[in-house]
Amino acid sequence: MNSLKRKDLLDIQSLSVEEILLICRSAKYFKDIFTRSVKSVPVLRGKAVCTLFYEPSTRTRISFELAAKRLSADLINFTVATSSVVKGESLIDTVHTLEAMKVDYIVMRHAASMAPHFLSRNINASVINAGDGFHAHPTQALLDTYSIMEQRESLDDGTLAGLHIGIIGDIKHSRVARSDIEAFTKLGAKVTICGPPTLVPDDFKLYGVDISYNLDELLPELNVINLLRIQKERQKGSLFPSLREYHRQFALTVERFRRCRDDVIVMHPGPVNRGIEIDDAVMESPKAIVNEQVTNGVAVRMAIFYLLAGGAPLEEMNEE
Amino acid sequence: MRIVIKNGRVVDPASKIDETLDLLIENETIADVSRGISVRKGDTVIDASGCLVLPGLIDMHVHFREPGREDVETIFGGSQVAAKSGFTSVCTMPNTDPVIDNQALVRFIKLEAEKGPINVYPVATITKGLKGEEISEMGELINAGAVAFSDDGMPVMSSVLMRRALEYSRMFDVPIIAHSEDLDLADEGIMNEGKNSTLLGLKGIPRESEEVMIARDVILTRLSGGRLHVAHISSGGSVEIIRRAKSDGITVTCETAPHYFSLADDAVAEYLSMAKMKPPLRTEDDRKAIIEGLRRGIIDVIASDHAPHSLNEKMQELEYAPFGIVGLETAVPLIITVLVRENGFSYLEAFEKLTVNPARILKIDRGELKAGKVADVTIIDPEKKILVDEEFMLSKCKNSPFIGRELYGSVIHTICNGNLVYSNR
Repeated sequence: MNSLKRKDLLDIQSLSVEEILLICRSAKYFKDIFTRSVKSVPVLRGKAVCTLFYEPSTRTRISFELAAKRLSADLINFTVATSSVVKGESLIDTVHTLEAMKVDYIVMRHAASMAPHFLSRNINASVINAGDGFHAHPTQALLDTYSIMEQRESLDDGTLAGLHIGIIGDIKHSRVARSDIEAFTKLGAKVTICGPPTLVPDDFKLYGVDISYNLDELLPELNVINLLRIQKERQKGSLFPSLREYHRQFALTVERFRRCRDDVIVMHPGPVNRGIEIDDAVMESPKAIVNEQVTNGVAVRMAIFYLLAGGAPLEEMNEE
Repeated sequence: MRIVIKNGRVVDPASKIDETLDLLIENETIADVSRGISVRKGDTVIDASGCLVLPGLIDMHVHFREPGREDVETIFGGSQVAAKSGFTSVCTMPNTDPVIDNQALVRFIKLEAEKGPINVYPVATITKGLKGEEISEMGELINAGAVAFSDDGMPVMSSVLMRRALEYSRMFDVPIIAHSEDLDLADEGIMNEGKNSTLLGLKGIPRESEEVMIARDVILTRLSGGRLHVAHISSGGSVEIIRRAKSDGITVTCETAPHYFSLADDAVAEYLSMAKMKPPLRTEDDRKAIIEGLRRGIIDVIASDHAPHSLNEKMQELEYAPFGIVGLETAVPLIITVLVRENGFSYLEAFEKLTVNPARILKIDRGELKAGKVADVTIIDPEKKILVDEEFMLSKCKNSPFIGRELYGSVIHTICNGNLVYSNR
């Protein structure tokens, strides 16, 4: 198999283990390409990619755009502030307009959960979910999975078995948490989610994860710590009393970091709230791979475009 | 004018009659229900062999969107949908634009309804402007033709106002129909809170947002008297609260809608906004509890909560699409398919919830097949399959999760006030 036999990439739930591994292994190839001097390959020449962002995001959009450009796609960016969306055009109408212009790939970020799923059923273009509401952020989960496998050199084995991964923070409102949990557990990792009960609902047990409210007890067991960005506005809904108290209970402080395993990997999907979920000094540690995640994000997104486009033997492409 | 209905299986929940009989209608009235009624020259004869002959069905909870959203549905159009679906009486909910909170608007609904084929009973608001601040002029509204009061679509959040409404309504002996939802607890949720909302990353509406309000309202009814009718209950917890309230002698009745005994919240992933309504579809356990609540008579009424929304409104992101589905056309087929065929309900058990029970709650002299009563009659072939497709859905709006389903139970004739208002033969 050298392509994804699917029109869309909407969530991790619908991906098989084989598909996840295919994406990760292809990503390694693309990472090799774009870390050399000639960074482009003509995989998507003549294809049009539109990044359609209904929610502000800089890093994810840029990562997708760079990935598309390195594959030689024609790229257009559709941002909400300057578009007809402010005039109240429906999502369906907007996207039918894009389709009429023969856009092949729509990379969509949307504040409403399931919006890409709704869209994908009503259009012919490929839809790649760049994050929908609290629901899914599959490319983030795939780049997180790739990053862990790269660090642990387990890409050939194709498993995360034996690893204990902690996801810390606002699990309830996190699409990254949901997609990460699905990807990590599919590949055999033990996952524990940790945060205050208001942000870590019991219903998450359906994913087969453990729940902890005590970071200090959990930390020494973890091979991977994935910290989520805490949204300051959650405090207004009384989901936690103050950022100060959150920091005391759940931040990866220097003192806590000392009690972690020597081979621990610290991850964060960004953007980081320094001093809230993670202390400055921990961010600067070589065990924190936040920037490497960003690099891997481009590689993984190149792989996804490539595989959705039908793939091609990678060796041939190497000759270009 | 005489209509003779021959050889049908007459099912009359009020008298518990379920046997093969003939039925004679003279002008507006049922003249006779017995064996071997002879046919005279000039009679209209309906052969109802193999069919159920039921009292005209009553749907005590519909939204016909007029005044305000005539593009979506009208009183006339909705009445035609109701007639095709076997209903001879409906109660229209007052959350229109403007809301039905004064006698002129109640009279307007009655006037529009006269053009249509069936009886329309307006429900007026509990509070002026649906604002939950002051109670409506209940006496004036009843004089104009209102049969009940409800702020449907919005709960009466103020406990003291709900108490006053129940107290004040006592002198009219009319039901206060509660839309039971604690808006704070519902917290702008989209679907039932639980495993499926977690998987889909959608904000949950906990069942408790419904249950705490029902509990509050039955306790208030114990305090104030009055007649509480709880609209569209969806959870097993709600059934239990009402069971207990009834056993405590509190004057409460309740209804559920066909979708709550036909679907669970896993349908949201499949049907998206077509499975979005308030209260939301709950779990499979709740679905079973609703069925048991109906079987044990804890739930008195089945009402469709027919809620048309345009395709434009529904073809949006799930979070932005409005709550509600159409339900008139699929009500009878779902009752026959899910309750009778899948869950072994007798026809008497199933159809008392659409005939005698709502008639008693609303104090309208209909819903019975007895000599001397108004001739509202519905004839259904319970063995005939129907395909729920765009053509079958007569409503302007086709916002239903049941599109594409094959179900049992086809309405053959609807007779309202002695007139044959629908016939598919």
